[in-house]
Amino acid sequence: MATREIAGTTVEVNDEGYLTNPDQWNEEIAKVIAREEGIGELTEGHWKVVKFLRDDFKEKGVMPTIRRVKNAGGIPTKDLYELFPEGPLKKSSKVAGLQKPASCI
Amino acid sequence: MMKRVLILGAGTAGTMMANHLARRLDRKDWSLTIVDQHKTHYYQPGFLFIPFGVYGEQDVIKSKREFIPDGVEYIEQKIELIEPDSNKVRLGDGTVLAYDILIVATGSKIFPEEIEGLKEDGWFKNVFDFYTIEGASALREALKDFKGGKLVVHLSEMPIKCPVAPLEFTFLADWFLHTQGIRNETELIYITPLSEAFTKHNCAVVLNYLLEEKRIHMETDFNVERVDETANRIIGYDGREIDYDLLVTIPTNMGDPVIARSGMGDDLNFIPTHKHNLQSKSHENVFVIGDATDLPSSKAGSVAHFQGDVLTENILNFISGNPLKDDFDGHANCFIESGFGKAFLIDFNYDIEPVEGTFPLPVIGPFSLLKETRVNHMGKLAFRWIYWNILLKGRPMPGIKTRMQTLGKRLPKIA
Ligand SMILES: Cc1cc2nc3c(=O)[nH]c(=O)nc-3n(C[C@H](O)[C@H](O)[C@H](O)COP(=O)(O)OP(=O)(O)OC[C@H]3O[C@@H](n4cnc5c(N)ncnc54)[C@H](O)[C@@H]3O)c2cc1C
Repeated sequence: MATREIAGTTVEVNDEGYLTNPDQWNEEIAKVIAREEGIGELTEGHWKVVKFLRDDFKEKGVMPTIRRVKNAGGIPTKDLYELFPEGPLKKSSKVAGLQKPASCI
Repeated sequence: MMKRVLILGAGTAGTMMANHLARRLDRKDWSLTIVDQHKTHYYQPGFLFIPFGVYGEQDVIKSKREFIPDGVEYIEQKIELIEPDSNKVRLGDGTVLAYDILIVATGSKIFPEEIEGLKEDGWFKNVFDFYTIEGASALREALKDFKGGKLVVHLSEMPIKCPVAPLEFTFLADWFLHTQGIRNETELIYITPLSEAFTKHNCAVVLNYLLEEKRIHMETDFNVERVDETANRIIGYDGREIDYDLLVTIPTNMGDPVIARSGMGDDLNFIPTHKHNLQSKSHENVFVIGDATDLPSSKAGSVAHFQGDVLTENILNFISGNPLKDDFDGHANCFIESGFGKAFLIDFNYDIEPVEGTFPLPVIGPFSLLKETRVNHMGKLAFRWIYWNILLKGRPMPGIKTRMQTLGKRLPKIA
């Protein structure tokens, strides 16, 4: 397992740069990853998505889908795409320090 | 007091379980009841061939009762509500059935209304599904009149039942257009929300190659926002717009609304289920099989068959108080029709991706894994006979084991 230092913290990452242990995440790390992913400064809207993803993953143990972000998180898919363009769930999960969402069978 | 096993849904999985349990339950103590709303059992894999005139409606239809064994009570009613906290099920006519063990096999179906603009003016005019008998038959008529232009095949959202069916449809469309002499006048486009042709990477690589060879253009990572049936255009959340003359879509697949009404499902009305033993996560005496589960295995008849073997043992284990066996490994075995009388075969499970090799016997085959052959196509056509005569009756498929076998497969060396 590779490690890297983000915002002064050493974290474990996979070969695509996703954190492998969500407990090592903090908000400073999120800001750095967001900049690297070309998302820029995180706004209130971004944090709402990140918070929902983390809470839902913690509660359910599985990565939420776009549909779940809409239904349970109350975030319209259109907004999700505007906040995290080009692969919204992949990018938001990365910022949230979670695994890459698997495309299910 | 007689106890009751109640099966909900007499489709592929429910019918199979009725046959297994009719043979295996101790009938002095246990009665067996199965409920379904419909008379007709459709051979759904046959829907793929109907739009091209390869099969007709009569080839995919039989009576459900024909497959329910003697001694099993069959009730033809809508299931209104499941009340798992009080071990009861309410039917459409007001009847209340009490159970000791419940098996939910209510399957999944398409919900076109989940996509904005889909079920509007163009629906069944130049926009069709082929996941229902109605859609497949109407599409056949539209394809007869098709004179070329843009034919778009579109997959809305995962998971869907038979995840290879949209690609098979596209390959068969390529073949069909050739036979009609209009392939060169047709632009064939395949739109998917996935990042490549299939969920399993090994298989996607082979399929990508085939798509290119057949001059089928693929749009990946496409999440549909809405369909504009006045402009004949499909619009993605990222702003991509694709025009069509004929749109063949696989709408969102969801579990039956009764699962939502009963508060038992996830966001797609699929029931959270233990992935190796098929017990529901919420109630010990509720088991789930087939397309109704939320498992990360393929939603396919062959998968239901492997699940059926495991579930039968686990129902007996549950009755006798023995621990449940974690024997379901996600095994799936699917033919992929690729047109011009050929097909692929893939065999995989939760952990092992499709690889090359022979099936079911090492070296001898007769089927080739992950390769396009004529014999595989014969296998695909033979599946209909196997479905009616072996699968539904809960009989073992000759030479094919419940757990995926690795003999005869060229597995990558694990470093
Ligand atoms: C186009 C297409 C191609 C396919 N190709 C293949 C293939 O090549 N190979 C393969 O293995 N699989 C294939 N499949 C998938 C296969 O058909 C399904 O996975 C299989 O039928 C699932 O079985 P099931 O019992 O879970 O659901 P179903 O067979 O759909 O049965 C569910 C039953 O529950 C009943 N039901 C649901 N809700 C209620 C209610 N509220 N009240 C009363 N009754 C209810 C329904 O009436 C239905 O009879 C294909 C499917 C399609 C659509």
